[in-house]
Amino acid sequence: MGSVTSFFGGLCGIEKKIEEERLFRANDRPYNLSYQYANNAIRTSKYNVFTFLPLNLFEQFRRLANAYFMFLMVLQLIPQISSLSWFTTAVPLILVLSITAVKDASDDINRHTSDKQVNNRMVNVLIDGELKKEKWMNVQVGDIIKLENNQFVTADLMLLSSSEPLNLIYIETAELDGETNLKVKQALTVTGDLGDSTDLLTHFIGEVRCEPPNNRLDKFKGTLSLDGQTYSLDNDKVLLRGCTLRNTEWCFGLVIFGGPDTKLMQNSGKTTFKRTSIDHLMNVLVLCIFGFLASMCSILAIGSAIWEVREGSVFTIFLPRDQGVGAGLSSFFSFWSYVIILNTVVPISLYVSVEIIRLGNSFYIDWDRKMYYPKNDTPAHARTTTLNEELGQIKYIFSDKTGTLTQNIMAFNKCSINGKAYGELFDFSGQRVEITEKTERLDFSWNQLADPKFIFHDHSLLETVKEGNPEAQDFFRLLALCHTVMPEEKKEGELYYQAQSPDEGALVTAARNFGFVFRSRTPESITAVEMGKQVTYELLAVLDFNNVRKRMSVIVRSPEGKLTLYCKGADTIIYERLHPSCNKLKEVTTGHLNEYAGDGLRTLVLAYKDLDEEYMDKWRKRHHEASTAMDGREEMLDELYEEIEKDLQLLGATAVEDKLQDGVPQTIEQLAKADIKIWVLTGDKQETAENIGYSCNMLREEMKEIFVVAANTPEGVKEELVNARRKMCPESADEPSVISSRAGLFWLQKIERVEDEKVEGEYGLVINGHSLAFALEKDLHLELLRTACMCQTVICCRVTPLQKAQVVQLVKKYKQAITLAIGDGANDVSMIKAAHIGVGISGQEGMQAVLSSDYSFAQFRYLQRLLLVHGRWSYLRMCKFLQYFFYKNFTFTFVHFWYAFFCGFSAQTVYDEWFITLYNLVYTALPVLGMSLFDQDVNDRWSSQYPQLYTPGQLNLYFSKKMFVRCMLHSCYSSLILFFIPWAAMYDTVRDDGKDIADYQSFALLAQTCLLIVMSVQLCLDTFYWTAVNQFFVWGSLAAYFAITLTMYSNGMFLIFTSYFPFIGTARNSLTQPNVWLTIFLTSLLCILPVVAYRFIVLQLRPTINDKVRHKLRKEALPAPAPRRPPTRRISTRRSGYAFSHAQGYGDLVTSRRFLLRLPLRSRPALFSQTDSPLAQNQPQHYRTITEEQEDAQSP
Amino acid sequence: MGKVKPGPLARRPDNSAFKQQRLPAWSPMLTANTVLPFFYFMALICMLLGVWLLLTVQSTQELKLDYTEAGTCNLCFEKRKNVSNAARPCNCTVVFNIKKAFKGDVFFYYGLINFHQNLRRYMDSRDDAQMVGRKNNLKSPSSYCMPFDKNKNGVPIAPCGAVANSIFNDSFTLSYMASRGSVHVPLLRKGISWYTDKNIKYRNPSTENMTLPQVFEGTAPPLYWQKPVYELDPLDKNNNGFINDDLIVWMREAAFPNFKKLYGVLYRANKPFINGLPAGNYSVDISYNFPVQYFRGRKEVVLTTLTWFGGQNHFLPIAYLVTSCLILLIAILLTVFWFKFGKNGQNMEE
Repeated sequence: MGSVTSFFGGLCGIEKKIEEERLFRANDRPYNLSYQYANNAIRTSKYNVFTFLPLNLFEQFRRLANAYFMFLMVLQLIPQISSLSWFTTAVPLILVLSITAVKDASDDINRHTSDKQVNNRMVNVLIDGELKKEKWMNVQVGDIIKLENNQFVTADLMLLSSSEPLNLIYIETAELDGETNLKVKQALTVTGDLGDSTDLLTHFIGEVRCEPPNNRLDKFKGTLSLDGQTYSLDNDKVLLRGCTLRNTEWCFGLVIFGGPDTKLMQNSGKTTFKRTSIDHLMNVLVLCIFGFLASMCSILAIGSAIWEVREGSVFTIFLPRDQGVGAGLSSFFSFWSYVIILNTVVPISLYVSVEIIRLGNSFYIDWDRKMYYPKNDTPAHARTTTLNEELGQIKYIFSDKTGTLTQNIMAFNKCSINGKAYGELFDFSGQRVEITEKTERLDFSWNQLADPKFIFHDHSLLETVKEGNPEAQDFFRLLALCHTVMPEEKKEGELYYQAQSPDEGALVTAARNFGFVFRSRTPESITAVEMGKQVTYELLAVLDFNNVRKRMSVIVRSPEGKLTLYCKGADTIIYERLHPSCNKLKEVTTGHLNEYAGDGLRTLVLAYKDLDEEYMDKWRKRHHEASTAMDGREEMLDELYEEIEKDLQLLGATAVEDKLQDGVPQTIEQLAKADIKIWVLTGDKQETAENIGYSCNMLREEMKEIFVVAANTPEGVKEELVNARRKMCPESADEPSVISSRAGLFWLQKIERVEDEKVEGEYGLVINGHSLAFALEKDLHLELLRTACMCQTVICCRVTPLQKAQVVQLVKKYKQAITLAIGDGANDVSMIKAAHIGVGISGQEGMQAVLSSDYSFAQFRYLQRLLLVHGRWSYLRMCKFLQYFFYKNFTFTFVHFWYAFFCGFSAQTVYDEWFITLYNLVYTALPVLGMSLFDQDVNDRWSSQYPQLYTPGQLNLYFSKKMFVRCMLHSCYSSLILFFIPWAAMYDTVRDDGKDIADYQSFALLAQTCLLIVMSVQLCLDTFYWTAVNQFFVWGSLAAYFAITLTMYSNGMFLIFTSYFPFIGTARNSLTQPNVWLTIFLTSLLCILPVVAYRFIVLQLRPTINDKVRHKLRKEALPAPAPRRPPTRRISTRRSGYAFSHAQGYGDLVTSRRFLLRLPLRSRPALFSQTDSPLAQNQPQHYRTITEEQEDAQSP
Repeated sequence: MGKVKPGPLARRPDNSAFKQQRLPAWSPMLTANTVLPFFYFMALICMLLGVWLLLTVQSTQELKLDYTEAGTCNLCFEKRKNVSNAARPCNCTVVFNIKKAFKGDVFFYYGLINFHQNLRRYMDSRDDAQMVGRKNNLKSPSSYCMPFDKNKNGVPIAPCGAVANSIFNDSFTLSYMASRGSVHVPLLRKGISWYTDKNIKYRNPSTENMTLPQVFEGTAPPLYWQKPVYELDPLDKNNNGFINDDLIVWMREAAFPNFKKLYGVLYRANKPFINGLPAGNYSVDISYNFPVQYFRGRKEVVLTTLTWFGGQNHFLPIAYLVTSCLILLIAILLTVFWFKFGKNGQNMEE
């Protein structure tokens, strides 16, 4: 589109000068207007009333099919060539063009209204020293505007001042980049001093010089000149259109970019259109058909030349040739005439019907109740309506972990305190009771500060704590003290925690509910409510977490003056630092840890150590020295930490469940049965990822081996990959077998394919981020691909968004398989865009993934239904449709070919022209649409019950070039029958009263009736699923055929439109003849019975999986319910690793004065609680990761 | 979707059978129980139909007589080779013998071999509007008729076009050589065209007290015609103009290059033709006008009796019999296959 406008723009000579630098002054409209910067009005619509027709037609004729039909129409205007009346092509073309135009127009009207709505939003603008309400579209560059809380940012602004201390403001960027967490922007101090004084603002005459409009969201460069001083502007000072102001009463901003120049609009570029493999195949086929058409026409033209020389030249006495037309020229004409007649091999309605079918199948996805998630009222949504059939061909799924497989909700599930395990329920006989929704929950009402959403079932733990068990109390005290969570108390007793990792939040919440409430903190102290008593601890040091340490500790002084170090961390790390006296306890706890790990829980070990004052004083001094040292600070600190964190006393262990979404293991199992390979690409740690791999049934104990690739050099990675491959398949060749071939239009596209290699047994592969980076390099990527594709399961950890896309592209390129990527966060966008099909999980982490996805729904488990039911059906329907469609049109066309040999190659049609016009449009349109919208070989339950039904799609079995050729041969046979049987039956025959019946018009009627009846019967034979609608369409179309035919051949039509309806009376005169009907019957029998016989034999000899399931279905009405899978417990060899998923640096943050400065100032709404939806209240509280950006902003 | 439901489940899709793809349906399958009986049944039906049709067709009689160069027509054939003789009349006689009497209605056809009435340009070369009696088109024929729309003097031709121009203009007189001497065989030359053609598709321009010649004044006959359209039938005034039966029959173009067209029906009012044509010798006197040698064509005379099934075309009965045998063969083959492989359903196991 852009090219079109620029094309027209170029024509009109309105070439916009390329802006190199933007320069404007605040509060100086006349000056700014001289630069003709775009104002804030946006226009996303394509057309207006006047440009609609020409532009839309231009757009439409850029499509090859439409242009081709236009070409045919032009051909028909040449009288020597025109073998058909103009309406045979014009009617379908006009119909198709107008349907598309109506659709485009309605889309554009929607865009117009939304533009209008946005442009007419009101905002306060400072004009002539006064704040005035103004429409968005009238805002100009250089204006100062005032935004209030929860308002959308009007344009790209430079922040001037805000209501908040330090000129901070908070914005939500969900619409821009999909992240729902708040970001902080800060104004320059010099502008921040302007405050909200209109007087000062009116006289603010800063001059801004900055980069021209661009689409980089994360960069901004510019300068502000004020009173001879120059201040630099960066991204932190700029508010972008599309953001929302949050938690800030008001702010003032200076408009930098308006409307189309804003980064939001600059970013809303064209999305690349994804095309399905069927589309590509169809393009190739259409091209083949063109070639085929050309050769058919050439044969007929040669025939025509021969005929003209031998017969035509002596027939000129009755039919003189036009002047100057010899045999050669007339055969040239006949070539083009046949191009027109035989054009029905590529009917225009093919494209329209394909679109309709896809649209219909997309609606089914939107409408599916079984993919509707009632908890947050989210139905599934097909955002792209053109990819449906590809859902039935998926071979590889790339899945994100957090938020996709898991809910990103951590639940404190079990714990082991001093050698005693809590968290499980046992019945009287000592059997473990499975915990379900209905199991009675613990009542925490005695604790006024408890979080009502916390769920725990084991009474004994609460009793133990209440009894005053010192270990249990220490356990929860540790959890309440040793963390970096920030509390917020809006109202007395309503606590909100902002944890930087959900694990941590879960642990602190658990402590809170068991009576150890973390209430507030200052840089030097932590206040907790312990069993109802308020206690304030002096916080002496935070030994922060980092990747190497894998633990964090705090040193606190209790009110009694006792010094204690509390430490929590990964089991392996803590165990090394325990005091030998805990060895016995260690053993017991290890047993528990193994158990937890077997359940796929994330574990932490807790330990403490009492310190004496003297040692502590010394340590603190050294600590102070170390933390102020200029060089080697890190090492010195580490050493110090190492020194103090030893001889710890073991307290116990916690087990946090990274809650899987419902039904994830089952879904993965079903998808695996469907021969779909699932790769998990996660940003998480290796341990976490492995853990999840086990808990969602991707990695299994019965796998022969799970390879872990974690080398740090390219050579190491290669060695590990090769070793793994050797182990799986010792005889595999060293060099990958790459098959190069060509495909695509004109065979221009080069294709390289890596063959699948056969492997005995199941293997798993885990590869970490470092190794993946090496493995994705040019020389190793085939190695990676070969090894990975041999494994049942592949898990990549610590993967960056870019690597995710690279992995997808690697498989896409060398496997020639259809890929699907599923994810929920902004980090999955690249992979969603790279894969053939992108699926977004709508719900947790904002909308970015959903916005760039093709399909979206709320839960991972719906993927099963999307692929195994909707995808399979869509593929089946599309293939059936194409097969039938090509069959019906080839048959239709081939009859003309045979007739050519009898009519002197003169391009005489076999059928009535009106029949040619209406055949695809009316007589056969609805039945085939009915079949391809309603057909199902087996219903949804059976589809999910037998995932094997999915495999034919992956192998492209239902429609391929081979099937196409078979289709052509079939139509060749049918057309022979359809022409020669009526020919032989009518030849030399008369009616029962001796009058004509072998005349052209009667023969045309007979041939077309035979054709239509055979096509209808064939359709019936192809239809598996006969709904009332199908019946209605088939019978209705046949009835319509006879009704329309009788009408068109009636006296009235002839007398009114004499030259258009010359077939008057043909139907009445010939359809009353018994031998006509006997011919129709025989023709249908001969066309249909061989097909039935062939299908029956194939069914007996080599039934497909579909046949087998259908056969079974005949016997049993409903599939047997799937056997309940006993919950698999993993007896792991190695326990789970460290459970923290958070980043380093928060220890500094919580002890920094700056951050806490604001907190006591005012009680503000919780920073991270998103309570937009009423349903959010019912959900368990979950925690959002604080991004690093924010951290930078808050602790400069 | 349009309507917004209130409540927490506002966006929940409707639970209708259509939207959930649960429409009640019948899913038939090709099973031995249906396919095999169907094949046997079809074989039987085809067999019965074939036998019945064969008997029907056998009961008709047909006689074809190629007179292109037969008998004295040889001379006329030679004469017509020369274009300059086109207008000269030539008569000839062909004698033939009917061995077995034709019982019932006997139909007299003329046949043409290798005459392409189905060429696209030929078929387009006519003006239906003119022949339905539109006055405008009478004087200004459609351009489709070119080059037969106007004669050399620019006078519009009625009826225009190549189809009308090439009308078959031989005429026949059939005589029965009875023992008492030659008896003229009366032929009904009217009612030989479709009712719809005669009454609707072809009409003379409205006469309004004018005679036909007056109506057609200002038009010329087609180039190859010897008499104008309003004098086609000298015997019956009402069989002239565009509604002349012979013209209508000719204007209904044949689908294939070999065709026959009805010329007349035996008039069975008088002896000895009350029961049809008796056996014996016959002669046809032919006014030999239509040249066929240019396009290597042949001309013939066909005499035939009819049944409800039409004329003597053996194709359908034989085709039915052959089809029946084929179906039976396939049916047996299918049964064998089913018995060997499919009966126990072992292939159906997963």
